Amino acid sequence: MISKSRILASQPYFYKYCRQKQPEMNALSIRNLRKTYKNGFEALKGIDLDVKAGDFFALLGPNGAGKSTTIGIVSSLVRKTSGTVEVFGHDLDKEREAAKRCIGLVPQEVNFNQFEKVLDIVVNQAGYYGIRRKEALQRAEECLTQLSLWDKRNSVSRHLSGGMKRRLMIARALVHSPKLLILDEPTAGVDIEIRRSMWEFLRKINQEGTTIILTTHYLEEAENLCRHIAIINHGHIVEHNAMADLLRKLHTNRYILELRNPAPFAPTVEGYQLEPLEDHTLAVDVPMDLGLHGLLDQLAAQGMEVVSLRNAANRLEQLFIDLVENQRIDPARKTA
Amino acid sequence: MHHLIAFKTILFKEIHRFVRIWPQTILPSAITTSLYFLIFGTLIGGRVGPMAGMSYMDYIVPGVILMSVITNAYGNVVASFYSTKFQRNIEELLISPIPNWIILAGYVGGGIARGLAVGGVVAIVGMFFTDVRPAHPGLIASVFFMTAALFSLAGFINAVYANSFDDISIVPNFVLTPLVYLGGVFYSIELLPELWRKVSLANPILYMVNAFRYGFVGISDVDIRTAFLIIGGSISILVAWSLVLLRRGTGLKT
Repeated sequence: MISKSRILASQPYFYKYCRQKQPEMNALSIRNLRKTYKNGFEALKGIDLDVKAGDFFALLGPNGAGKSTTIGIVSSLVRKTSGTVEVFGHDLDKEREAAKRCIGLVPQEVNFNQFEKVLDIVVNQAGYYGIRRKEALQRAEECLTQLSLWDKRNSVSRHLSGGMKRRLMIARALVHSPKLLILDEPTAGVDIEIRRSMWEFLRKINQEGTTIILTTHYLEEAENLCRHIAIINHGHIVEHNAMADLLRKLHTNRYILELRNPAPFAPTVEGYQLEPLEDHTLAVDVPMDLGLHGLLDQLAAQGMEVVSLRNAANRLEQLFIDLVENQRIDPARKTA
Repeated sequence: MHHLIAFKTILFKEIHRFVRIWPQTILPSAITTSLYFLIFGTLIGGRVGPMAGMSYMDYIVPGVILMSVITNAYGNVVASFYSTKFQRNIEELLISPIPNWIILAGYVGGGIARGLAVGGVVAIVGMFFTDVRPAHPGLIASVFFMTAALFSLAGFINAVYANSFDDISIVPNFVLTPLVYLGGVFYSIELLPELWRKVSLANPILYMVNAFRYGFVGISDVDIRTAFLIIGGSISILVAWSLVLLRRGTGLKT
């Protein structure tokens, strides 16, 4: 297997140029981006967004919010109505080739040729970025090996399982060593084992310097992987913040407590809202400023021993629902 | 250099595509043209008598070769590019930094390659039926490449506008085939009444077939310079049209 450093050293000028510009600028800068479709639907209403180089960024929103339109414009699959997009300082309109060389896209739907072999798909993609065939084969071997697809390299792509197809799309997107990798719901429909392995892989390449923008409906995924987050709804950015700061906005956490013995009565603890769910199970809303310690002591004083506890709901999911479904929409709220 | 590599990637991918499925792409033309030569050239041609001072078989061979080039160059690009759109792997090209003219050149190159492959096979088949040999090889090559390029471009434009598989068969079946058959492949327009001879002069394929025939046997119903002007002018128009479509993302982007 060819080492990554050797491959990097042999890269054409453009790839090295992208990497050299990386520390000084945003990976992605969007200003006043608008998109109105032919039927009059205004999908984006003037969004501004910055993604720092090296970040692991989540772009969330309900269906129809404008996530895919935003990604489509950045990746040149959708024509914007107005606004500017810069990728590592390259304007998408004025320096199109340079901007595109920095981007790798993993779309939501499978979009490779179902009649081509795995290796050919990845090698051809490298060719589109001007990588010579010999080097393309080396890069393809590295990418496919990293994603456990090397032994499937001569398989026709339509014979792959769903998880393998997703990994193939990732390998294809990485073969030209993009500085910005955009993934549109990469783990949709895959089992938990593959999802976890994908998370590990994405963390690894992010640690190696690749900026990652992720859209997902699995909020646990965003909370686990991403350091910054933007939430888009009805064509506006309604939240743009560091993940840690965003989660601190939650005033309470909800926990499920498993008791050793059935609770003879619904306990009351000052400062906490308790709800019996089953004989041995209680749900409790814990204020952020109080924490769990006082609760457990007071339950013990009432003769209730807690044997285990878990988060009732994903914290980000709770905030997301609050923001989106309760319509807390303020386009001016950009706090990053 | 990056552009050259990208062009070669698209070109070789296209060539690999039609070579991989040669029973569908190359073999049928060999069989069909053999039947044309046998039926029209040998069985019927013997009773038709000379055409433009030569045997009927000698007369039709160049036209049949070019007919296969036209239909295969068009068919290769329209099918391949529409399939790319249908399966959405066109997105691989759209997100890449490949300039639009390289994308176009790659697909047109694939169409020319398919035309060359099939035309070559048909020419070899034809050599079993006739002793005609090229009188002007340079002219033959020029007309071949320009005609293949022209119809590759036409196939590309068809594929861009197509929204279904039906849309990529309408033009070949109802426009291209009649124009080819009425383009002087099987007869000289000198046989037609005055009115229909003039109508035939509006068919651009007539000029291509006659220019190609001139390269073999030195006979043409039209002026060769006019033929080259028409072919060259048509190519220019279709190149510009194709590039506009790609820049706008018509049929490709939302």
